[in-house]
Amino acid sequence: MDMELASRRFADTVVLFPEGRIDHATAEQFKAALAPHLDTCAAGRDRVVIDMTGVEYISSVGLRVLMLASKQSKAQGCTLAVCGLQPVVREIFAISRFDLVLQVFPTLHETLAALSAEALAAFGAA
Amino acid sequence: MLVRFWGTRGSIPVAMTSAEVKRKLVTALVAAAGRGLDTPGKARAFVEEELAFSVSHTFGGNSSCVQIETGGPDYVLCDLGSGARVLGNNVLATGGPNGHRFHVLMSHLHWDHIMGFPFFMPAYLPGNHVRIYGCHDGIEEAFRRQNAPPSFPVDFSRMDARIEFIRLEPERDYDIAGLRVRAKRQHHGGDSYGYRIERAGKVVVYSTDSEHKQDDPKEVEAFVEFFREADLVIFDAQYSLADAISVKEDWGHSSNVVGVEMCQLARARRLCLYHHEPIFDDERIAALLAETRRLEEITRGDHRVEIHAAYDGLEITL
Repeated sequence: MDMELASRRFADTVVLFPEGRIDHATAEQFKAALAPHLDTCAAGRDRVVIDMTGVEYISSVGLRVLMLASKQSKAQGCTLAVCGLQPVVREIFAISRFDLVLQVFPTLHETLAALSAEALAAFGAA
Repeated sequence: MLVRFWGTRGSIPVAMTSAEVKRKLVTALVAAAGRGLDTPGKARAFVEEELAFSVSHTFGGNSSCVQIETGGPDYVLCDLGSGARVLGNNVLATGGPNGHRFHVLMSHLHWDHIMGFPFFMPAYLPGNHVRIYGCHDGIEEAFRRQNAPPSFPVDFSRMDARIEFIRLEPERDYDIAGLRVRAKRQHHGGDSYGYRIERAGKVVVYSTDSEHKQDDPKEVEAFVEFFREADLVIFDAQYSLADAISVKEDWGHSSNVVGVEMCQLARARRLCLYHHEPIFDDERIAALLAETRRLEEITRGDHRVEIHAAYDGLEITL
């Protein structure tokens, strides 16, 4: 199964929308699709939000991609956040303790409200 | 085939504290209030049937030692952590002082996996025979060194049992005490080796002190094959997944999440969480077991994996 990764920009924040399952079969595609957005993310500039509303399952390999993304974003001084976890994915985050090491928000609206007033305004106007 | 756990704790042996004992007692007494437990039989039944495991028992604190019982006369063990002391004493108490033969498969030579041997009483008694197998260079040196000054007062030469060290090669099948045994190299400081042990259609995999970095699909597939359709996978689940791939990356251990996934991919029948984090108390390990069972349930496809958490004294019949 291909990993869909649509994106939308709200002011200084890029929001990514993966779909489907992030597992052994799709994690590398997810990583590759994430890379250009992380490369341009830097301190005081872009923020990256991964809206997981369309993700039905994430395996340890997929979580590893998120961990690598988090490490890269920290090294670059940029902000990475995750939101919109479906119930199963939310449980996987809790059991793996990823909810303790990543910034996780319930909804995209709440994420933007926490990260960027400009992005929130752009989101509201969209 | 029966698998008996003598030591299940990772890194260092631990003991329950007075505060933990008191907490269990308080919880049990409150639960027993008004129940009329006025005979030992009623009290025992209450403890066995109604209290949570983490209240009525303990997961224990000895370091790695697992026995594979095949019905044959020889003892087959994995690792000689502090649990080996208890096993050795049990053998002498139930079988007398002499005439015992032990086959030990060593995962690696870190302290917590060899520290039981200086206290393994059958090794000091003539007429016993200990065969220690492993894939590392320097196995004999590691065992002799821990029985020498300044680490220990009784020299290795005072062990009067016949003691042999047998070097194995990974990825080769061996016949050891009637078992087919194959070792596999694992990610751990200085390397560790897992063992796939088969007899009469039953398979147990002993895979402790093994970090699964998941960055190489071929390596993942190789471990899945190693675990393939095992009746029991004894799996290092010391860390959470988040810790294992962040602050504790390269510390050489794995997680419950990876254990579930690999057993699902391998269609293994049972997963036993092993090498418990020494800072975890009984409630924490019980919670880890419950979470892992839940993870298996919500991610299950067409194959169910039975989840266990090892404790000192656990027996699993395959």
